[in-house]
Amino acid sequence: HDSSNKRGLKAQLRKLIPCSGGRRASARTQNSVEDELELSAVRHRPEGLEQLEAQTRFTRKELQVLYRGFKNECPSGVVNEDTFKDIYSQFFPQGDASTYAHFLFNAFDTDHNGSVSFEDFVMGLSILLRGSVQEKLNWAFNLYDINKDGYITKEEMLDIMKAIYDMMGKCTYPILKEEAPRQHVEIFFQKMDKNKDGVVTIDEFIDCCQNDENIMRSMQLFENVI
Amino acid sequence: MAAGVAAWLPFARAAAIGWMPVANLPMPVAPTEKNKRQDELIVLNVSGRRFQTWRNTLDRYPDTLLGSSEKEFFYDEETKEYFFDRDPDVFRSILNFYRTGKLHYPRYECISSYDEELAFFGIIPEIIGDCCYEEYKDRKRENAERLMDDQEDNKDSKLPNMTFRETMWRAFENPHTSTMALVFYYVTGFFIAVSVITNVVETVPCGSSPNQKDVPCGERYTVAFFCMDTACVMIFTVEYLLRLFAAPSRYRFMRSVMSIIDVVAILPYYIGLVMTNNEDVSGAFVTLRVFRVFRIFKFSRHSQGLRILGYTLKSCASELGFLLFSLTMAIIIFATVMFYAEKGSTSSKFTSIPASFWYTIVTMTTLGYGDMVPKTIAGKIFGSICSLSGVLVIALPVPVIVSNFSRIYHQNQRADKRRAQKKARLARIRISKTGTSNAFLHSKRNGLLNEALDLTGSTEDERHHNKTTSLLESQHHHLLHCLEKTTTPSQHPPSFPLPQNHEFVDEHLYEQNCLEGALQNYTSRSPSLSSSGGLTGTCCSRRSRRKSAHLPNSAMSPGPPHGLQELSAVHIHRSDRPPLSTSRSSLNLMPDEAMRLNCKSGQITTAIISIPTPPGTTPEGDGHGPPSPSVQTTAGSSVVKVSAL
Repeated sequence: HDSSNKRGLKAQLRKLIPCSGGRRASARTQNSVEDELELSAVRHRPEGLEQLEAQTRFTRKELQVLYRGFKNECPSGVVNEDTFKDIYSQFFPQGDASTYAHFLFNAFDTDHNGSVSFEDFVMGLSILLRGSVQEKLNWAFNLYDINKDGYITKEEMLDIMKAIYDMMGKCTYPILKEEAPRQHVEIFFQKMDKNKDGVVTIDEFIDCCQNDENIMRSMQLFENVI
Repeated sequence: MAAGVAAWLPFARAAAIGWMPVANLPMPVAPTEKNKRQDELIVLNVSGRRFQTWRNTLDRYPDTLLGSSEKEFFYDEETKEYFFDRDPDVFRSILNFYRTGKLHYPRYECISSYDEELAFFGIIPEIIGDCCYEEYKDRKRENAERLMDDQEDNKDSKLPNMTFRETMWRAFENPHTSTMALVFYYVTGFFIAVSVITNVVETVPCGSSPNQKDVPCGERYTVAFFCMDTACVMIFTVEYLLRLFAAPSRYRFMRSVMSIIDVVAILPYYIGLVMTNNEDVSGAFVTLRVFRVFRIFKFSRHSQGLRILGYTLKSCASELGFLLFSLTMAIIIFATVMFYAEKGSTSSKFTSIPASFWYTIVTMTTLGYGDMVPKTIAGKIFGSICSLSGVLVIALPVPVIVSNFSRIYHQNQRADKRRAQKKARLARIRISKTGTSNAFLHSKRNGLLNEALDLTGSTEDERHHNKTTSLLESQHHHLLHCLEKTTTPSQHPPSFPLPQNHEFVDEHLYEQNCLEGALQNYTSRSPSLSSSGGLTGTCCSRRSRRKSAHLPNSAMSPGPPHGLQELSAVHIHRSDRPPLSTSRSSLNLMPDEAMRLNCKSGQITTAIISIPTPPGTTPEGDGHGPPSPSVQTTAGSSVVKVSAL
């Protein structure tokens, strides 16, 4: 915005002095006009209802309800990361949910274009709410694997764990100790890392989760959310 | 929670699947929707104009008329719509509030009719959005002032049981309340005028005796003027003393501007009385008489306009000061220049820079007395520059400055308003946040209490008022509960009693825990019963003073200071056992506790506990914490007491 102002000023000065490269100025103003058009609201219209119905496991009515809520909060049709963080933080008033929201955003933004459109949103929800256990675990693995290289390292897990603990905030009982996330990560790795090579692969993860009754049961917890 | 994001709650809950593989404990059960309705359109007929919206939209704010079951009173069976006999124009804004979450105030609406509509539909005006809030507040203030003015006009009737002193003060402040006051008002006004005129006439030279030159009247008729002066000062002194006596706050009265003027007006006379007619001090004495002119300011009690002028000057003081400062700069510059320009010429009147000040001021204000004029050419050039710039410096900016000041003044007020609004807004956000978390903690206690009461076989109606939270809230609380479980470390092997959960607590308990940690320097809490009982001996001492009446027999807990009483404690007495106190934090222990107690053939009779709905669920943002529930105990030795912070 500053640069376009400067360009405008130079153009005005040129106007004062007659016959001094007026053509160049017009080309520059052309660029600034295009820039401004880009900056105006990005609009996105989702694919048709039938296509979404085919791609996800939601019924038509459910998609309608979802879209209405989505569009209400994001009239432009896409969610960018800041809005996403805002929305998610409202559910956790006591803590700081922005780090976890960042990871969540990356998990939903499957094509990594910096914004979550309605299709991304609804695909993610379809997996989480109507998918098989395998698919859900796959999604969770994808969430933990921050750099999407197929392995969960201890550092990645520590980041995720710290983000989760951040959401609790500081007013908790018992008071959060500094090494609690780290300890939690250790426990996690003890459970999941079968060959003790310091990383958790997708197969180790899925195997281990399928053998854990608690995890299996909790995966079914949110079946009836919509 | 805002309206729009209520629609995103399903998403947040779905995303919670990301915590599941990390958690070590089983998750709590999700609340189920008892009667899941398909979303339907409802028709709101407001004085003939039909509005339609989804039912879910209205359900976003369950504590307003449209969001709660109160609208059922307006349901019309034949036409299957809700009929409201209210203003449809204002209703548009109200319905938009449900849709967008932001309440706007339309500028063309009358403020009192808008307020009435908001009150009817149960919406508090504090949630008006920032875009319209200032306008709303301004109009409301104007309206309040108008009402106050009206009220003041009606305040003629004398209130009963007013003391003599209060009557007198009222008489002084509002002269038209009684005839006596009016008489007094006019008499003092008359004497002020007389005093001022006397001062003026004193100096007029009146008729000369043939052998002397003109003498001022004051010296000719000394006695007469002295008597007049004395009479006026008597009146003023009496008035001042009466006001001092009648004032409700003497100290404040003595500090007020009017009383200072009064004192300054009468002081010279008394000082003149005590001072002898000594030559040395007579000069100072004469100077003091100047202060008698201050009596004219006493008129400001009689004139509203003077008071407003004084107030305006006071409020524009900073702007006037700036004007004065820039003028001073210009004067100094030009005086210096003129002095050095005229230094060369002979018999120049510009003897020093301060002497040139007079020339500069007279020239810049375009007065031009002509008593000091430059003689050198350079002096004339600079003199003309001075007079030209004088026009610019003084004449031109004055209207600009005046309008600027008015704009800056209003802007300043708006900045203050915005700052106050921001504080209020942050406070509201904070309150709603604490409200949400308090609601969560409260419902958790209710939930666990429910389990306890379940195990003791309570009756239905003792549990029904715990189910007042809406489905949305219970889902949100379930989400927070899952988060708590996720971040709880598990113990190997799982010991009994159950491990402590990682829980949300409110700020007071958190601070108390911090304090306790610092005091006792302990590192881990063993989840045994006795020490956990001791843990919650530390509750906020502030609250304990207020609520000590509720807990006459709180158990003494070891370790933490005994001065603090247990506040949030659940006591379960049994007739054949000493009182057993359980801490709030170890309410998780309660099911097992209760089970164990049950096994040991104890009788636990339950009390009727009424827990009102926590205020955090309403967007009112009262700022008070959850109220302390009233506790009624059944007769007998068994007592269940529940108190909440």
